[in-house]
Amino acid sequence: MTHGVDAGRPLEAADREPCGPGSIDPAAQEMLERAQELGAGTMFSRAAASRPCPIGAGGACCRICFMGPCRFAGPEAESKQGVCGASLATVAARNFLRSCAGGASAHADHGRGLALTLLALGRGQLADYRIKDPEKLRRVAAELGVAHEGLGNAEVAEQVALAALHEFGRQEGTQTLVGRAPARRRELWQKAGVVPRGFDREVVEAMHRTHAGVDQDPAHLLEQAVRMCLADGWGGSMLATDISDVLFGTPQPLVSEANLGVLRADEINIIIHGHEPTLSEQIVDAAQEPEAVAAARAVGAAGINLAGICCTANEVWMRRGVPPAGNMLHQELALLTGAVELMVVDVQCFFQGLADIARRFHTRLVTTSAKARMEGVEHVEFREKEAGETARALVRAAITNYASRGAVHIPSHKEPVVAGFSHEYIRRMLGGRFREGLRPLNANIVNGRIRGVAAIVGCNNARTTQDEGIVRLVAGLIRSDVLVVVTGCAAHAAGKHGFLRPEVFAQAGPGLAEVCETVGMPPVLHMGSCVDNSRILTLLSDMVRTGGLGDDISHLPAVGISPEYYCEKAVAIATYFAGSGVHVIFGGVSSPVGASAEVTHLLAAGWEEAYGGQLEFISAWQDILERASAAIEAKRVTLGLDVETERVLFDMAARRAG
Amino acid sequence: MTADSGGGVREVIAGGAARGARAFLDLARERLGTALEQHEASTPLEFPNTAYFLPVIYAVTGRAVQTLEDAVWILDEAERMIPSPPADALWLPYLGDTLDAGMAAIWLMEVVEALRYLGVGPAPVDGLWLGAADDVIMRARGVEFVDGSAPGFAAVTGAAPSPEAAAALAREMQEKSLYVFMAGETVLDPGLAAQRGASSLPGGAGAAVPPGYPAATTFAEQLQAAGVQLGWETRLVPFGRDVSSHIYSLGFAVRVAMAFGGLTPGQAARVLDYTRDRVFAFIMALGRVQDAQFAAAAGALNFGFPTISDSDIPSILPGGICTYEQVVSRVPHCSIVSRAIETRGLKIRVTEVPVPVAYGAAFAGERIRREDLRVEMAGPQAPGVELLLSAPSQSVVDGRVTVVGPEVDSVPQGGTIPLGVLVEVSGRKMQKDFEPILERQLHHFLNEAEGLLHVGQRDIVWLRLSGRAAAAGFRLEHLGRIVHARLHADFGEIVEKAQVTVFSLSEDVERLVERARAVYRERDERIGALTDESVDVFYSCTLCQSFAPDHVCIITPERSGLCGAYNWLDGKAAFQIDPTGPNRPVGKGAAVDPNRGQYDGINSFVRDASHGAIQRINLYSILEDPMTACGCFEAVSGVLPMCNGVMTVDRDHPGMTPSGMKFSTLAGLVGGGVQTPGFIGHSRLYVGSKKFISAEGGVARLVWMPRRLKEELRSVIEQAAQDAGYPDLCDRIATEEDAVEEEEVMAFLMEAGHPALTMDALF
Repeated sequence: MTHGVDAGRPLEAADREPCGPGSIDPAAQEMLERAQELGAGTMFSRAAASRPCPIGAGGACCRICFMGPCRFAGPEAESKQGVCGASLATVAARNFLRSCAGGASAHADHGRGLALTLLALGRGQLADYRIKDPEKLRRVAAELGVAHEGLGNAEVAEQVALAALHEFGRQEGTQTLVGRAPARRRELWQKAGVVPRGFDREVVEAMHRTHAGVDQDPAHLLEQAVRMCLADGWGGSMLATDISDVLFGTPQPLVSEANLGVLRADEINIIIHGHEPTLSEQIVDAAQEPEAVAAARAVGAAGINLAGICCTANEVWMRRGVPPAGNMLHQELALLTGAVELMVVDVQCFFQGLADIARRFHTRLVTTSAKARMEGVEHVEFREKEAGETARALVRAAITNYASRGAVHIPSHKEPVVAGFSHEYIRRMLGGRFREGLRPLNANIVNGRIRGVAAIVGCNNARTTQDEGIVRLVAGLIRSDVLVVVTGCAAHAAGKHGFLRPEVFAQAGPGLAEVCETVGMPPVLHMGSCVDNSRILTLLSDMVRTGGLGDDISHLPAVGISPEYYCEKAVAIATYFAGSGVHVIFGGVSSPVGASAEVTHLLAAGWEEAYGGQLEFISAWQDILERASAAIEAKRVTLGLDVETERVLFDMAARRAG
Repeated sequence: MTADSGGGVREVIAGGAARGARAFLDLARERLGTALEQHEASTPLEFPNTAYFLPVIYAVTGRAVQTLEDAVWILDEAERMIPSPPADALWLPYLGDTLDAGMAAIWLMEVVEALRYLGVGPAPVDGLWLGAADDVIMRARGVEFVDGSAPGFAAVTGAAPSPEAAAALAREMQEKSLYVFMAGETVLDPGLAAQRGASSLPGGAGAAVPPGYPAATTFAEQLQAAGVQLGWETRLVPFGRDVSSHIYSLGFAVRVAMAFGGLTPGQAARVLDYTRDRVFAFIMALGRVQDAQFAAAAGALNFGFPTISDSDIPSILPGGICTYEQVVSRVPHCSIVSRAIETRGLKIRVTEVPVPVAYGAAFAGERIRREDLRVEMAGPQAPGVELLLSAPSQSVVDGRVTVVGPEVDSVPQGGTIPLGVLVEVSGRKMQKDFEPILERQLHHFLNEAEGLLHVGQRDIVWLRLSGRAAAAGFRLEHLGRIVHARLHADFGEIVEKAQVTVFSLSEDVERLVERARAVYRERDERIGALTDESVDVFYSCTLCQSFAPDHVCIITPERSGLCGAYNWLDGKAAFQIDPTGPNRPVGKGAAVDPNRGQYDGINSFVRDASHGAIQRINLYSILEDPMTACGCFEAVSGVLPMCNGVMTVDRDHPGMTPSGMKFSTLAGLVGGGVQTPGFIGHSRLYVGSKKFISAEGGVARLVWMPRRLKEELRSVIEQAAQDAGYPDLCDRIATEEDAVEEEEVMAFLMEAGHPALTMDALF
């Protein structure tokens, strides 16, 4: 096994030198060389060839109306005005809010799609789906206020789906699942006026407010960003996660492998890419059908190999063990192997550049969502009523295409991984069937074996060295006894570089290592896709409820980090975490509001004061590591955990009082 | 980090528990199969005299296993919970699985042990092995856990390096008042146990055997070899040779949770939180630990009971399942007891008593047989008396112990001497009313010395000193030293100075007896004059809230605490000793219903102290808003509707009662701090009180009680009946010898002309 980064090596001066462009992933490095040989352009080469517009990068470009675009540049930028008189702060805040609207909408539309699937299933319209976790269905029903006693699963499913859809479209009242947050957090939201209303209302209102000549107060605009994103985190994303678990099963750990090395030279390779589990689950089933396997053998392949990219990968990785071929920046590299018969995409984070590369090989690239097509790319529209048949047809197309395969170049790099830590499983893992719960986690944070928890989430970005920030931070934090949870493309990075193996406990600090050895868990827990960041919200709320660590999320020694963010979804996630009381640090590229000192201050100190959480942009991973560790230690001090406490021994009086 | 290699916990503990649970499954399947070949599927599967079925399975799952057939489900469910041992690489998390494997093992142990009572497997009661602890034992001993006189229990498995080492460990635990429950052996050769037919459990990947360990023995057998007295009386309880017999340790803990904590069976999380927070038990694993023991210990972790081991097994120090560490290993014998206590989070107060023998509550139950006897004091052969008086401060020299008369070593072997103990105390808070309370403590003080037996009180005391204690240097002077030390330790708030004079000449003792009898008369008259109406305050007792969080006792002059241990004067003294303690004065306030014994001051106190669970109580009524009980009541009274009366049964009566329930079932009905109209828990002597269910007509309602109880209380009942105008009531009360079915009781009452039949209808 080759590790791009030796996680066990202590940090030395040499590690602090920039690694240069490209990737620290040896598989990516190998494929980038291959791309050069083939003369194929990739995101890596295009990023190197074009510089980001420096005005837009910092949020200083306003193109909301057609009197502009107005740009705010130069030493006095903060005091300049647009044609309409808008300040730089207003412009940067409006841009930020619009980014959040885009990101939140992506999550919520994903959630809505799942709710519609559940509705159709509940109404008996879908033959190819079933409810894999009926217990969770009933738990979610109870949370949504759906009476389920005495009803069959299908009826409950229909009612839950209707209740979920109501959450998206509700015109009155507020999101129901915010009830999952600790009481103190809900009171804070109530007082601050940011309890999220119907999701669609929040987004429409955000678009309205950012229209020319409406909301022109930066702080007020950013408040709407928080309320809208809370509707994402505690609504759209949370429903997406919960309904996915109901339909496809609540994840628990399983063993798989990660990186391009999971592609097989002697098998038909199908890559599922995008974000939704609805079609990909069907493809997993279809690829395992004996007829399909026989057909594959008939064309000379040893079998059918599925692999995932991005969050579709996460969904089927943690539920079905389908190996992930890599994160966002691997999508083109996977096709460059020449070994992919079929790449199926659904929604989000697949790029038009794929089409050019697919055309160089025999690879069939197929879009499937009614929402997402690419010019010149084959489209097979996915309809849930014909899900199984569509999936089988796609698998057959891949099988047929095998005969057209040319030379292949598959990197050998891959790492074993253990993934699939749902919030429910984490509770079970820590106490078994009868003592499930987070008490051991909290107890070991209180006693200092674990200093705190860090969520490392989000994307890759072609303008930063792929995986470097993520991997360095994972290694650095676990070495400092911080338990790390990962989702999305950051989870792929952790897996590709060997950090999702339980053996990695030996690279953690002594306290965290001891806990890992006791529990049998890796020090880095894979919690799912990017909508599954809602699992982290649930986990944090449960930690508060478990006790010993304050009574609000903002009291927990926890940080959220996206070291290599690239998209609007990431910004929406950052905002709902900060609005939920988490200290969030985004890294890699510069701040999207960096042009405005005022907005930068509002997101950090302003939100800290209002919500107990904040959003900071710090480019270098070394600085993020320092800042994150300091933030965790500061929370420990506030909780009084920095003081060594005497062991309490109980006499009878103490027991009566207890 | 442990000193072990990274795989320690995984391979040894998680793997061991999985393998051990699997072995228990195989054993249980085999034995249940045998049982089903020999018996009908509907054959009862049960432990003797318990209302809790197979108590651990009942508490955790809510399933009442009553027949062989019922056990099949448990075996299937256990099988589902047993994981494979974790992989050597790329393992999945195993802590939760290990706890599940442990719980499965515990259930299987319970089935295996219950099957022994059906004759499948070795006999459960055999030689020194005592087998199951029934509900009578659980309740009687449970009281000691509740009031703190037993701070917890050690579940010892395996054996010490030698009988002497075992005896030293046992004595140290006795001195700390712990119960020591024993089951499971240390085996050098895994085959040995099977050869002896003791167990077919395979051994497994245990750690290396420390040098000097015996081949296959048990802690209990070692104690026996060292001449240590075993049994419930000395708190050294040998359950069984196989580790599966430790199910009785866990069964004890969960029955305390259900009986005293009022927890509903099946509320697993609450039961397990209760045992973690309120039952202070730990596992002491001595010698090589086998897979079966790993499985049992993993099961015990679910209950919050950590394991402390002297051998080289991996430690699990990170917290979260137990109060502190989970598994602490390689602890030397010299510190293993204190380490275990600290690990469990237990604080034990030990009073230093300057005597040449061991001292502690665990020695109170020790017997001294004639062959062990050095000298007898007082008793049937010689006069004896104990008298405690308050005295002016200037006449008491604190710590002065004077022996007047011959010492014990001047008496021939096995001979008798008279004994008079005069204790004089002074203190600004000392009151005359406290004299009898402190005097009664002398029994406990003296009895807790190893080798000293104390029976009775006042002028009917009887003491025995063992040869071993005498050889160790125990003299009459030490009686005084014990009393002095304990008075200061336990009653320091009211006793500032204490001096003791011990008389051993007949004429001195007889003189003291005369003086004492005059004092006793005066005391009895004063107590007799004390009525509920003559005082303004009653006393609360929340001593039991360590185990029954919502229960509160109200102690009145005419209704003592339901455990029988605390009367109104005790409450008064206890409040002086510790004003923030469990006994507080409660103003009666205005009488809401004097006939039923309802006062608004009492109601409001009970509401608060029960955390709102109880709104009002009638002190003298069994039918309407009766007082609640924890689980340590001596007796239960219940209405017999057909007979227009009540029955009273005490916890020593194992048989059926006319209510159709045995004591243990009745106890489940009234315990745990809930009001159950028609049933109350109370002290035995309460039946002699004028306030005994006086709202319903008092003692004349008493229609049935166990024969033994009736004889023990005869004088009390006769006096109460006399006062109530039914001089020959006692003989009209039915016992189990007359009738057990309610219809038969009715027939007996009609024949006997019991007054209840002509009283107002109860309903």
